[in-house]
Amino acid sequence: MPLFEKGRIIEDSWQVAQDEQPLPDGDVLVPLSRLAEGLGRNDGGRLGVVLSVGDRVEDLATALPRLDLVCLTFPIFRDGRPFTQARALREHLHYKGVVRVDGHFLPDQYEFLLRCGADQVVIPEGSDPAVWQDAHTRFTIAYQPSLLDERPQGLGFRRWLSA
Amino acid sequence: MPHSPQPALSVGRYTYDTVDHTFLKQRVEQFRDQVRRRLSGELSEDEFKPLRLMNGLYLQLHAYMLRIAVPYGVISAPQMRTLAHIARTYDRDYGHFTTRQNIQFNWIRLEDTPAILDILADAEMHAIQTSGNCIRNVTSDQFAGAARDEVLDPRVHAEILRQWSTLHPEFTFLPRKFKIAISGSEQDRVAARFHDIGLLARMGENGRAVFEVFVGGGLGRTPVIGVSLRKDLPEEDLIAYLEAILRVYNEYGRRDNIYKARIKILVQALGRDAFLDKVNAEFAAMDRSRYHLPPELVEAIRARFGAPAFETISPDTVESVAGDIARHQMADADFAAWISANTHPHKMPGYCSVTVSCKPSGGIPGDVTSEQMDLLADLADRYSFGELRVTHIQNVVLAHVREADLFELWQSLSDAGLGTANIGMVTDIIACPGLDYCSLANARSIPIAQKLSARFASIALQREIGSLRLNISGCINACGHHHAGHIGILGVDKRGEEAFQITLGGNAGEDASIGQILGAAMSEDETVDAIARIIETYLARRTPGERFIETCRRLGTAPFKDAAYAPV
Repeated sequence: MPLFEKGRIIEDSWQVAQDEQPLPDGDVLVPLSRLAEGLGRNDGGRLGVVLSVGDRVEDLATALPRLDLVCLTFPIFRDGRPFTQARALREHLHYKGVVRVDGHFLPDQYEFLLRCGADQVVIPEGSDPAVWQDAHTRFTIAYQPSLLDERPQGLGFRRWLSA
Repeated sequence: MPHSPQPALSVGRYTYDTVDHTFLKQRVEQFRDQVRRRLSGELSEDEFKPLRLMNGLYLQLHAYMLRIAVPYGVISAPQMRTLAHIARTYDRDYGHFTTRQNIQFNWIRLEDTPAILDILADAEMHAIQTSGNCIRNVTSDQFAGAARDEVLDPRVHAEILRQWSTLHPEFTFLPRKFKIAISGSEQDRVAARFHDIGLLARMGENGRAVFEVFVGGGLGRTPVIGVSLRKDLPEEDLIAYLEAILRVYNEYGRRDNIYKARIKILVQALGRDAFLDKVNAEFAAMDRSRYHLPPELVEAIRARFGAPAFETISPDTVESVAGDIARHQMADADFAAWISANTHPHKMPGYCSVTVSCKPSGGIPGDVTSEQMDLLADLADRYSFGELRVTHIQNVVLAHVREADLFELWQSLSDAGLGTANIGMVTDIIACPGLDYCSLANARSIPIAQKLSARFASIALQREIGSLRLNISGCINACGHHHAGHIGILGVDKRGEEAFQITLGGNAGEDASIGQILGAAMSEDETVDAIARIIETYLARRTPGERFIETCRRLGTAPFKDAAYAPV
């Protein structure tokens, strides 16, 4: 499925580990349950972890410096836990790698995800990237700080959003 | 002399600047686009539903309902006229004030909604987060800025909370809805203990306000009295601490069962101390500087609030006006009753706050016609600096009325059917919309409210009965707050028939309690008769000066149950 980042579709170099299959070479995304196995690899490929909404990001704390990507997953768009997971990865664990978001969510949530620290989103096959980009440029102002540390507007907690 | 509000700033509420106006326009455009995407099929109904709910749009039994936010209950006269215009143009000439200090219109067409939101935006109003699993309209004390006992004006902090929670990136898809109430005094006039978060201000040691934080209260299917999490939260940590609570809730709140998804269930499951540990851990770990609320920020928001230009009224004038009022009271018993029930002391000499009853005898609690809205706006302009408040009891407050104007104001209200002298009495009923509108309801709340209102219409009888809170919900979701009523009525479905259970002994406020069910459900007419007998029992058994709730607590439910189920 298309991967969307900073206004365009980008190529996805990552492979997702298949159940009961050995880990492939190259950049691999493993579930939390196979983290140790992923960390034990030494083929030079990058490692990422896929978290479900029930996983605690704190469980990644020691492995995090060796991870290049953390993928959060919406089981359904109404389940807002990935927002908290993304923000905690950045704010509490000071994670600097890529935060990807996958699963069922809406363009209307894209700006919230960016403000919680996500970088890239997996969007449905055939969907129009312009709709996602519009969702990012729709608002020029936000009413609270976020961990993007946007420029204060001047009154209250208001922040200028960058397009 | 009529008062004239300060130019530019609206009294008692945050006045928008160009940035706020731009934001609202962008929000309306977003919704217009969402409606378009729904109609084109890009969004499924399942996906569209939370998006329309977060713009206040519900689908009810017969039509869409649009719930418009009235932040901390304060509304200006021009805004009230805008609501009258919407009622007249897009609805059936009336609106309904809610227990969350909002107003809702019950006969809205989906296709009109973007246009209505445009009209509201021009009047600095919106329907943002009046529904959905997000932080809802922040409610406050209807006597804010006027009451003698407050240590701060809670509306400034409510506005800060409103802004912070507006399209909050992390807290817009919570497990369930989230309601915050804030009071500027230790006197709990906001039902703080029945909110997801309730905040009560008091003066701290360094001359700056601190807040007691209650969490996990609520009514609904599982009524719970909130627990005190902190007694001394400094103002500067207000946002950071609420962030911490919401983060814990968003991470740990249940999502497998919507009836177990409110924060109260999480607090009950973990226990107060374990919940507090999690909040404290989050509070300690977070980047607190990002959420720091400095006094300058509070003052900058306060500066966007218009302040009423009170006259200095001399003690001699106060005294002579008191004499005039006393003479009017002697001459007119209705005016005397109204003064006694519908006025509240003001911090400024020569002023008082007036509660306008939206509960006329036999009427529908909280309903007002567009004509009444226009009149209320005119009266607010003439007598209260152009400012009105919606109360969580579904009435309207004119907060800053000169005592010298009271008689004239009362005459104008009475002529419009808004002069009922029943505030805090048995016919000052809270009722949800019930099965007349709501798809969740089991029974109609309005007809039984009207029958009770007609039954106890005599103001003399109501004054004899005294302070009594009667709340009616049409189903166990408890939007009519029946658990918190001294007498509560709950509509149930009894083998396909509407029936009503009675609860007794509920109370909001500092000594909050949850009403106890008396017994089996009865028909509408039987329930009205049973309540009459319960009240007769109170009148017969009370000690001098004892209020209804106090007699209930002293005697327990048994004598009232006997009366309710006495063979006729």
